[in-house]
Amino acid sequence: MLKQSIRTSLTNNKPLAYIIAVSFLLFSMMVGISIGSVSVPFLTLFQILGKEVFHLPIAAQPDTMFTNIVMNIRLPRVLLAGLVGASLAIAGAAFQGLLRNPLADPYTLGVSSGASVGAVATIFLGISIPVLGNFTLPILSVVFSIITIFCVLFFAKKMDRSMKVETIILTGIIFSSFLSAFISLMIALTGEELRQIIGWLMGSVSMRGWSYIVIILPFFVIGSLTLMMNTQELNAMTFGENRAKHLGVNVQRRKLTILIAGSVLTGAAVAVSGTIGFVGLVIPHIIRQIWGPDHKHLLPLSLLIGSGFLILADLVARMVISPSELPIGVITSLIGAPAFALILLKRRRQGER
Amino acid sequence: MLEVTGLSGGYYNHPVLDSVSFTVNKGELFGVLGPNGSGKTTLLSMLSGVLAYEAGTIKIKGKSLKEYSAKQLAQVIAVLPQHSSLAFSYTVKETVSLGRYAHQKGLFHSWSDEDEAVVQKVMEQTGVADFSDYQFEQLSGGERQRVLLAQALAQEPEILFLDEPTNHLDLSYQKGLLDLMKKMAAEYELTVIAIFHDLNLAGLYCDRLMLLEKGQVRVNDIPNEVLKQERIQQVYRTEIEKHPHPAIPRPQMFIVPNQHVSEKEACMINEQFLTVSDEMVQLHAPIPLRTMSSGVTGSGTGWHQTFVNRHVSHTYSCENHVEEMTDYLRSYGFEPSETVGMMTAVFLEAVSYRFLQGENFSIFVVVTAGVGNAVDASLADQHSDAPRPGTINTWVFINGHVAEEAFIHSIVTATEAKVKALHELGVKDPVTNTWATGTSTDSILIAATQRGERLQYAGTITPLGKLISRGVYDCTVEAIERNERVKRT
Repeated sequence: MLKQSIRTSLTNNKPLAYIIAVSFLLFSMMVGISIGSVSVPFLTLFQILGKEVFHLPIAAQPDTMFTNIVMNIRLPRVLLAGLVGASLAIAGAAFQGLLRNPLADPYTLGVSSGASVGAVATIFLGISIPVLGNFTLPILSVVFSIITIFCVLFFAKKMDRSMKVETIILTGIIFSSFLSAFISLMIALTGEELRQIIGWLMGSVSMRGWSYIVIILPFFVIGSLTLMMNTQELNAMTFGENRAKHLGVNVQRRKLTILIAGSVLTGAAVAVSGTIGFVGLVIPHIIRQIWGPDHKHLLPLSLLIGSGFLILADLVARMVISPSELPIGVITSLIGAPAFALILLKRRRQGER
Repeated sequence: MLEVTGLSGGYYNHPVLDSVSFTVNKGELFGVLGPNGSGKTTLLSMLSGVLAYEAGTIKIKGKSLKEYSAKQLAQVIAVLPQHSSLAFSYTVKETVSLGRYAHQKGLFHSWSDEDEAVVQKVMEQTGVADFSDYQFEQLSGGERQRVLLAQALAQEPEILFLDEPTNHLDLSYQKGLLDLMKKMAAEYELTVIAIFHDLNLAGLYCDRLMLLEKGQVRVNDIPNEVLKQERIQQVYRTEIEKHPHPAIPRPQMFIVPNQHVSEKEACMINEQFLTVSDEMVQLHAPIPLRTMSSGVTGSGTGWHQTFVNRHVSHTYSCENHVEEMTDYLRSYGFEPSETVGMMTAVFLEAVSYRFLQGENFSIFVVVTAGVGNAVDASLADQHSDAPRPGTINTWVFINGHVAEEAFIHSIVTATEAKVKALHELGVKDPVTNTWATGTSTDSILIAATQRGERLQYAGTITPLGKLISRGVYDCTVEAIERNERVKRT
């Protein structure tokens, strides 16, 4: 009962939740930018950010090397990690609500597999579309992810005209397996690009620069805003689709909107960083445990915390065996899988009580 | 308010409803009945816009259901689901607040003061305000149901659909929920359309009932008309008995369990079960008998196994004679609730009993009679209210299956035979000096085994009536004569 009261007081204190989430994100960003093979002191960091980003009239002249590191390497990297983490977490929260399954995540529907096929095919076949140049891979992978979600929805509709969530989950899993087979096939057939493909598959946000932020940003803004506009619908839909309809939700249209928005977010994240697991699964789960399942707060809080979490994960990935780097997906899985197992165990114990 | 014409449809190629038509008026409590698979839930799904229909029209407030958007519909119609599973644990307040969805405006659904006021009001109405911060999962089944009701009422609907609302609820919650529905219907003109499995609750609360059978409307009328014994037996293919509610003018149905073979074997009540002592005449039947009686205990209709006619002195007078009788019975090891108890000041050795055999049935009559207190019923107003001793107690045991009306016939017939017996013996009312028709404290018991021959009537010229007339007449005459003899000695 004590736990209950703690939970209740936290649930009811929403401003505090946002203060904590925003502080966590800002802290992660500062740490993420400051720490590295070359450490940037906090004071210098603030001077650089103030001068370069906010164009404040600051008298101090920070070291140009620091300025270069911050503006061209660390800041874009941290921002990219933040955007990817935010996208995956908010999409995960939305999918879990929509599919009424706390174990669902952006990868359940085959979206990430689709994006991966696009990316791996680009590397394997050495595709380079002249107009897109270096953007060939991310753009193709977003395109593939969107094609995949439409295929999944098309087949789900063929199977069951009312498109029950169970049907969608099943179709997603089938597609996911099918596409994974393609990826395995390409890996098996590949020669010298093997390391590149594996590296991409394990996920990384290193050496991407500002251009990748430009790619993900529009998808992120549109996707997140769309999901934020559907928080009440998501709440209603956790009571079941018929109940949502009784409450006045246009279920078919909202379901499609949420699915597409979540897929676009996931697709864009996978396209710029490869497959990074467990963020979309664990972050919404933790938020729900602490601040309750109301999507009106769950989505924005997941976005903020997910963003900060991936920045820290990236920091760990590049610091552990410095100067060499681990793939970020390895870190998220190493942290996420045990965390998730713990959560499941706790839930089971609560269920037994 | 709601007008349905020629509604047909179902799931895929499996038609469930076949041309269903009915109307429901504003403020009405409308019950939908029918056996499993008769299309009740399908009908409700179509009416609430969840399931598409193939033919016919549904008009709500004069406008076709198809012209409503999801939100518009939710402002008019709310549904209380049968059960609700939740993937995540919302608080009660959050759950109820979702009911305001249809009324919220803007892209981000801002929460207005009006929304808050409505949510508070419905939480008070349904009695869930006290646990508004609890998790939905922590609540009991009855509390969850009330939370979902609050959610539905937060929609401020004009029509409320209930899908078997009393499932999983204990008695007090069932009554609470339906009483609230009735109140809302009366006070706010809320139209309530409810599916019922429990015919008795439906009969108790609904203004009108519609009975569905195989996707068609079998009947749509007031409860007393719909809940006819033969009709319900046919539609539900099960044996039931209809009986009026003891307190309010509503019909009630009772299912009759299949009886074990031994429970159907004929049973013969005769003198072998009768014991007579100075203190009491006692009959202990091998099975409980269906009774209609005016005894001190076990009066009215019921089932009783033991019958006691107790001797009390002429001066017996007790403020609370029912309680005294109950204690008396208990002190002799009888269970008062299973015993019909009567009293008489007559000496019990003067008892007269007789077994009469009819065709396929028989009766056993037991009479104790004293006429010191004889009264002419037509001049009864000349008597003072104080009862005086001297009583005719008549017991008629019928070895047969007696219909409700035959019980009443039996009482009339037995009474007529008694009057004739008094007349034959020249018994006079000592106050008016006219022919007496009975005594002021006469009691009667009709008890039947309810096994064997079915006996629908017991008027004086029916086979059963003839037997009762003869038996009661002979026994009464004999009992009075014996009593006179005993008194003289």
